Amino acid sequence: MKCGPMLRPAMIALLVTLTSSFVNAQFSGPAATPESAFSIPQAQLLQPEALNHLQQSARPDKPLVLQVGSHVLFAEAHIPGAEYIGPGSQPAGLQLLQGRVASLARTKLIVLYCGCCPWQRCPNVGPAFAKLREMGFSNVKVLYLADNFGADWAAKGYPVEQGR
Amino acid sequence: MRKRLAALCRCALADLLLGVCLTAAATQGAFAASSLLHKTAPEFVRTGLNHQRVDLKAYRGKVVLLDFWATWCAPCQVEMPRFAAWQSQYGPRGLQVIGVSMDDDPADALLVVRKLGLNYPVAMGDEKLGELYGGVLGLPLTYLIDSKGVVRAEFQGEADMNVMEKQLQTLLQHP
Repeated sequence: MKCGPMLRPAMIALLVTLTSSFVNAQFSGPAATPESAFSIPQAQLLQPEALNHLQQSARPDKPLVLQVGSHVLFAEAHIPGAEYIGPGSQPAGLQLLQGRVASLARTKLIVLYCGCCPWQRCPNVGPAFAKLREMGFSNVKVLYLADNFGADWAAKGYPVEQGR
Repeated sequence: MRKRLAALCRCALADLLLGVCLTAAATQGAFAASSLLHKTAPEFVRTGLNHQRVDLKAYRGKVVLLDFWATWCAPCQVEMPRFAAWQSQYGPRGLQVIGVSMDDDPADALLVVRKLGLNYPVAMGDEKLGELYGGVLGLPLTYLIDSKGVVRAEFQGEADMNVMEKQLQTLLQHP
């Protein structure tokens, strides 16, 4: 018996729901300190597939993608078009971030990412996100990388660039 | 009607299982492609933070625990004191721990090395060394290398240290 064409979208929806539930469960653990990745509201998280889709789309208003982690890891591989800013966990990194976005419209879509360590251990995205919100940016997303950039982006076949 | 419903359910389950299987296969395939398991560990020579020569090949005959870490990596800070303890405990039985810091600034790494009192050589890494190891795109990353220079285990992210120690002991018993 062949599966009905109505059934496949329903199954995709079910899979998306299950994945979403799993991701949500990841956030119900440790307490959210202001500097932790857990402090970022779930609505502001962007899944790798969604960012890749945004990057590939023909829309003119591409997001500004900023890496706020390690420069060495950035040099090895980063998201095409992304800019290296500096570690969000350090005052110098936050200062560079502030300088980079100072002249931008507060409605500009900015995507932050790090992927240095497992999400719950990342010291960089939380402070960087808080800094942009403090500056009045209303359209900030953070790329959700559960394990690290290698496992959740590069190894999944999404495009990367090399170099500093 | 009940037969049709049962058939629809079977189809739905098949689609679900297929989707899960395909997702798992794609992920595993990508990981397998970049794994160094059962391959000779890429050789490198660096100057350590304490100015000593760190030459991976020079440690042939020993079991090597090669640890990629950074000062901003919280799980790394948890692992490194344990590695230092293993160096003391298993060093006489043929273990050599080697650390590679992926920090931008050697001064930051040296501070942590001194603070933790690490008793094993630590060298600075960079993107070239990372690429040599198939892309060090997340930390911590630890390899167990046997006495012939072959990678026998790979731990990415927060590892179960008891599992790692058991594998280490096995390698030391059968180098």
